Amino acid sequence: MPSLPDAATPDAAALAQEAAAHQAHDPHVADVGLQPAFFDWLCRMGDNALILGHRISEWCGHGPVLEEDIALANTALDLIGHTQMWLGLAAEVEGAGRSADDLAYLRDAMKLRNLKLVELPNGDMAVTLMREFLFDAFHFELLTALTTSSSPRVAEIAAKALKEVSYHVERSSDLVVRLGDGTEESHARMQAALDRLWPYTGEMFAADAVDEAIAEAGIAPALADLLARWQQTVDEVLTEATLSKPEQRFDAHKGGKQGRHTEHLGYILAEMQFLQRAYPGASW
Amino acid sequence: MSKKEWPLWEIFIRGQHGLNHRHVGSLHAPDAEMALRNARDVYTRRKEGVSIWVVESRQITASSPSEKGPMFDPAESKVYRHPTFFDIPDEVGHM
Repeated sequence: MPSLPDAATPDAAALAQEAAAHQAHDPHVADVGLQPAFFDWLCRMGDNALILGHRISEWCGHGPVLEEDIALANTALDLIGHTQMWLGLAAEVEGAGRSADDLAYLRDAMKLRNLKLVELPNGDMAVTLMREFLFDAFHFELLTALTTSSSPRVAEIAAKALKEVSYHVERSSDLVVRLGDGTEESHARMQAALDRLWPYTGEMFAADAVDEAIAEAGIAPALADLLARWQQTVDEVLTEATLSKPEQRFDAHKGGKQGRHTEHLGYILAEMQFLQRAYPGASW
Repeated sequence: MSKKEWPLWEIFIRGQHGLNHRHVGSLHAPDAEMALRNARDVYTRRKEGVSIWVVESRQITASSPSEKGPMFDPAESKVYRHPTFFDIPDEVGHM
């Protein structure tokens, strides 16, 4: 099986193996009672990174300027790197002999656990950057909380990912402000992007039985606890960007975490999984 | 849609062990802050640096290539301007 692409660390597999050799003991990994929820939750973490990473990677070679093209590709690679870690641990917790690659390349849409927000099409740069910002602001709060997880393995991945996500949110909020408070056209596009994406943001904070079980075990924070800080960040940035927060409900579109996706996800998977489906086990 | 070109910036990076910032290339950005971000993304992906300087290209005054002769030729036959040109008397000891 091929490794997920990670140009920055070509020996990622070797590094992962080495890291695994001196890994802290994690009681949750072998907890049979918790296993189904833990696996599902790890897939959510991994799938958000996988699908958003794939979406952002679609800009590669199509960015409006070279500098933005590279910045987006960097972000995509960061997220694919996170995917490798989350789905790697998910595979281990599942204990069914599947690898991170199997989970990424061989699951069907209804088995994917990502938020609907991250699978929506890129649209223009306004939608791309606004979506990134809305997710980054959540991702940052979540990973920050996860660094003190009761699961050492989860805390370790979160600490690694947080370094990159700290930069993601810095970059995306800066661009939201620049474009929101930019020209008449950039402002209009950013406002339209916000209006389009807003009803999808509530899913990030909508906890179900899986989230509750994981919070109960001390692995992750209660999602509702992240909401206030996310709202504060979003309010600050939108105000500075001269954008108005939509009046409508922010949780109109949910279900992605439970495997009920928009029609867009199938197209992503068709492209992303084609090679492994057509040539099982192909590697390069 | 209006298309405005961003100004060009020259990028200088100080490496992990380097003492000086070295010129690594140039890029486009609307202002200095974005130039720093873009430099981070374009030039430090492989941990090349610990510090970045950006300067707008038009702020650099460069010597003119057509005046290369008068500028640099006079220094050509003056090897005695190199410290190694001079023999140091043994009595001076290690310098």
